[in-house]
Amino acid sequence: MMNGLERHAAFSAWVFLTPALLLIAVFFFLPVLAALLLSFTDFDIYALGDLNRLRFVGFNNYLHLLQSPLFWTAIGNTFYFVILGGPLSVAVSLGAALLVNARLTRFPGLFRTAFFLPVVTTLVAVAVVWRYLYHPRYGLLNYGLSLAGIEPIDWLGDPDWAMPAIILMAVWKNFGFNMIIFIAGLQNIPPQLYEAARIDGAQAWAQFRHITLPLLGPTFLFVALMTMIGYFQVFAEPYVMTQGGPANRTLSIVLLMYEEGFRWWNMGYASAAAFILFVLILAGTVLQLKLRRRASS
Amino acid sequence: MRTLTIRHCLLLIIFAAVGLIGCHAPSDQPVVVEFWAMGQEGEQVKALLPEFERRHPGIRVRVQQIPWSAAHEKLLTAYAGDAMPDVFQLGNTWIPEFVALRALEPLDARLQGWPAAAVNDYFPGILATNRLNGQTWALPWYVDTRLFFYRSDLLKAVGYPEPPTTWDDWLQAMARLKTLDETERYAILLPVNEWQFLVILALQRGATLLRDRDQYGDFQNPRFKEAFRFYLSLFAEELAPPMSNTQMANLYQEFANGYFAVYITGPWNIGEFRRRLPAGLQDQWMTAPLPGASLAGGASLALSRTSPRQDAAWKLLEYLAEPEQQAQFYQITGDLPARQSAWKIPALAGNRYAQAFRQQLQNVQATPPIPEWERIASRLTYYAEMTARQQMSVDEALAALDREVDRILEKRRWLLEREQPPSPPAPLPEGEGQR
Repeated sequence: MMNGLERHAAFSAWVFLTPALLLIAVFFFLPVLAALLLSFTDFDIYALGDLNRLRFVGFNNYLHLLQSPLFWTAIGNTFYFVILGGPLSVAVSLGAALLVNARLTRFPGLFRTAFFLPVVTTLVAVAVVWRYLYHPRYGLLNYGLSLAGIEPIDWLGDPDWAMPAIILMAVWKNFGFNMIIFIAGLQNIPPQLYEAARIDGAQAWAQFRHITLPLLGPTFLFVALMTMIGYFQVFAEPYVMTQGGPANRTLSIVLLMYEEGFRWWNMGYASAAAFILFVLILAGTVLQLKLRRRASS
Repeated sequence: MRTLTIRHCLLLIIFAAVGLIGCHAPSDQPVVVEFWAMGQEGEQVKALLPEFERRHPGIRVRVQQIPWSAAHEKLLTAYAGDAMPDVFQLGNTWIPEFVALRALEPLDARLQGWPAAAVNDYFPGILATNRLNGQTWALPWYVDTRLFFYRSDLLKAVGYPEPPTTWDDWLQAMARLKTLDETERYAILLPVNEWQFLVILALQRGATLLRDRDQYGDFQNPRFKEAFRFYLSLFAEELAPPMSNTQMANLYQEFANGYFAVYITGPWNIGEFRRRLPAGLQDQWMTAPLPGASLAGGASLALSRTSPRQDAAWKLLEYLAEPEQQAQFYQITGDLPARQSAWKIPALAGNRYAQAFRQQLQNVQATPPIPEWERIASRLTYYAEMTARQQMSVDEALAALDREVDRILEKRRWLLEREQPPSPPAPLPEGEGQR
């Protein structure tokens, strides 16, 4: 039972929370609910013209998706991007953070800013520059390879190289953000621990392995989760670089969703794809949390 | 069922506010026609409007310019949000889709007032793409189709001072172009991210692409298969590079370098080639019609079905359809006029690159007039690319394509069945029974 004071406090809490909750309800939960309902219909261009032409199709959208080779291609590409790009991005961010944070580094502020610059640069501008870097005949990258005697690679045109090329660009574009978070994490580690370790005779690797890594645990989890969630939703990079080509090898789930929804106006089908992606991301998150919990216990 | 939308509510509030301030709108206020046009047309059409407004003092036109890349999406969103303009430009392949949406006002009753000669002045193949289910839904504004752009110097060097007129001769010319000298080059650029050329080849062989009132895919039809094999042979014999046009850093530069000597594209490239090719090359390229039909492309102008200002909007449509305005529009944009009489002006009659288009426009065909076509075409592009890159065999690709197309058309079959329920079983056209 609440007494008067508690009731009063609870009332004030609700008053303060209501505006935010209302906004979330109207602009988040309502659309999500609508999309869920939509995913059980065949809402398309015909239904948009006349609602009598809308059919309730149950789980058909989901079934069709699961039977569609294109969807599995998109799943495969997205996993490729997440599994290769995610760890790579985290590793590069951590490496950059360690370098920038190292005591010997001069002008850490300059490097921090320089590494963070790609994050705030417009993706479209970045993509234009990278398209030139990747150009099979005039690109800087192939020029460098030719100096080493390596045959030119058609980075964005070759079905096998397009995804690695996109991953490389995405990692370069995004690592600065995680680097900043890692630097914050690194600076939270008390210097006494390193001093104590040095006195005990621990070398750099041992210090990294037994002090830096364990104490970065929570930061690591946060960075890994956010990167995974973000990478699962990869859209803009392939959209501006390759439009999902060549031969659909860079088509991601969100790109497929966008095409189905806004290009072909198959809202029902696209919503179903969105919910499958949601389930995938949820599963990935739960898995990471579980692994983390097992590792720390 | 649309009763009181947010837009109406807002309008009511605005009217109420205007009423409160006491600024009473005078009754002779001009009618404002909202006109959406795309890309450079949206910019340039403004030059034609002062004359229209002079002739119709009671009408003002507000032009909204929309980038092509967002145009289709924006029109659909406007339709969904009940915010359609009174007049709008649309690609003529979009017409079936907007008819299915019931977003267009049929124009036949208004066209009754036109002399027959004016209607017949349109290129017939182009006007046909604006007609569906026995009604006219839009008026062609400008036209486009695809044909050869080629390097006349290189073609001459391999023994063709005049462009070939049959596919056999073109093939021979291309084979010689490939081995003209030691430089690595291709005869023709056929971007693997475009479906148009393959469909042109199929239409030239009499393939219908879809069958049974456009309810099923017909890509395993022998005629289509033959066209497809011809298309693939151009890649297999390395006459065309298996490239998309986004892979080309600068298409015009490559054409100037002679990396490829022939390109099949549309009238917008006349201006681009003039602007972007080096001066020394300006006499070394030409256009030529295809041996056979090409695609009936172009943009049209339509009236919104829900517009309350259709009469004023129609006047704008009629004005832009006048041969004088069509000719004027060509001069400021380079867009080819849809009305043949507009081609008589010296600027167009004297444009040597345009003559092939005039000839080709007499022989154009439309793609299947259904809303799903663009989507089917994108699947066709995918399977053609997969086959050109040798990741699939012809039979595998076409079977998979037919399966996908049949699924895409499932809704159309359901609608057709529902809208005309108990019809007697239609006699199967010959060759359809073996399925």
